[in-house]
Amino acid sequence: MELLQPGLGLLVWTLLAFLIVFYILKKFAWKPILATLKERETGIADAIASAEKIKIEMAQMKNENEAILQKAREERATVLKEAKEQSDKMIGEAKDKAKAEYDKILADAQLAIQQQKNEALTEVKNQVGTLVIEVATQVLRRELANKAEQETFIEQVVKSAKLN
Amino acid sequence: MLSKFVKSLPILAFSILLLSLMSISVAHAEEKSTAETDEKAKTFDPAKVIMEHIMDAHEFHFATIGDHNIAIPLPVIVYSKERGLAVFSFGKIEEGETYNGYKSEEGKIVAVDAAGKVEESVTLYDFSLTRNVVQMLLALILLVVLMLNVAKKYIAGGAKTAPSGFQGWVEPVITFVRDEVGKPNLGKKYEKYMPYLLTIFFFILINNIIGLIPGTANVTGNITFTLVLAVISLLVILFSTNFHFWMHIFWPPGVPFLVKFILIPVELLGVFIKPAALMIRLFANMVAGHIVITCFILLIFIFGAMSHVAGWGFAPVSILFTVFIYFIEVLVAFIQAFIFTNLTAVFIGQAMEGAHDDAHH
Repeated sequence: MELLQPGLGLLVWTLLAFLIVFYILKKFAWKPILATLKERETGIADAIASAEKIKIEMAQMKNENEAILQKAREERATVLKEAKEQSDKMIGEAKDKAKAEYDKILADAQLAIQQQKNEALTEVKNQVGTLVIEVATQVLRRELANKAEQETFIEQVVKSAKLN
Repeated sequence: MLSKFVKSLPILAFSILLLSLMSISVAHAEEKSTAETDEKAKTFDPAKVIMEHIMDAHEFHFATIGDHNIAIPLPVIVYSKERGLAVFSFGKIEEGETYNGYKSEEGKIVAVDAAGKVEESVTLYDFSLTRNVVQMLLALILLVVLMLNVAKKYIAGGAKTAPSGFQGWVEPVITFVRDEVGKPNLGKKYEKYMPYLLTIFFFILINNIIGLIPGTANVTGNITFTLVLAVISLLVILFSTNFHFWMHIFWPPGVPFLVKFILIPVELLGVFIKPAALMIRLFANMVAGHIVITCFILLIFIFGAMSHVAGWGFAPVSILFTVFIYFIEVLVAFIQAFIFTNLTAVFIGQAMEGAHDDAHH
């Protein structure tokens, strides 16, 4: 049957045409097309991968930020607490100091008062002594005429002296 | 006559689908026409028309009006040891004339002597640019131009630009061949075979599609064309074979000793049957499609031979069926290109299959 008989001419031409077309297309069409397609696909894959990576990094960064924030908050709290403690301490110290000063001043004052008092007393005593001597002198000068009168007088003098 | 025809119309319409019944109806029609008019029976032979349509020829024949043929004659290139090379237009011997000692007998070029008798001693090698050759070359020029343009776009645009225009049509096809044919069948080595697979796919596809244009030749439905492609496939398969593949053929594992001797010729034959099946499949599919379409068109004239009214009456039905088959043929054009490529890839994959998956044979 003629339909199933291969024709020599067509065979040769087909073979030739196929080889030429194969060569041309392989070199000038398939090579750049496949290379570009591959490049594009790897590019897309890379882009997706890097986006995913960035997403993870972002999440990580967010976590880190939150941790830092948390830490900062804690630090602030501690700083505040410490500051309060410090100020309380300072106030307390100041109070103590003031009280000590006050006590000291008071003690000094009392001491001074005591001293002055003692001085005054000493003076009084001196004066009383002088007075006694004067009185005694006067009394002695009165020559001790009246014994009763003398006793009264002495008593009087003593009494007045005791009052001081 | 007409009422009889109208009654049998649905039955005929269904019987048309069964191609085996074609010959019967043709014979029937011929019988009728011979009974009515002798002349019409002589001039109209559907089988001959169909064969002329699907066979190769030295001219693009479009129509015959009266005695005048509307055809584009193509160059004839013949070579013989005795006479050397001869190149001339088929138009010179179209009507059965003798030119420079060559003559056309039923479309075949034969050498004749001075008296006009066929010289049997001269062995002619016909390298003519027949309509299949010419159409194939035109289709391939078209393919190369299209693909080079697409490639230019890829080179110009680089990987960062989205495909545009025709590039957008070609890209999914290329990625389909790569991802559905190359990668699954050839594994890691697919890149090496991609140019071959893509070339064979588009080579078949463009010839299938161009062959569907009315008036064109049936290139892919020619056994020579598919033979060449199958032989190339066979060579590619053979060059891809590894030790494991031949080991498998000459010493099939997992069978009793004596069975091995039965299996060896079977396996060896299988190597050649696979590409042969590729050849027959593409050829038969395309020829069948063209025959069916031609048959539906010819039905009009078969009925026309019975009576003019029947011919005109059947025309719409015939056109409807033809359009239907045409759509199927467009589908088949793609499917056959895909199947040929895919099976080639499968066979290459089998040939270079490693020894690692001995589990499934």
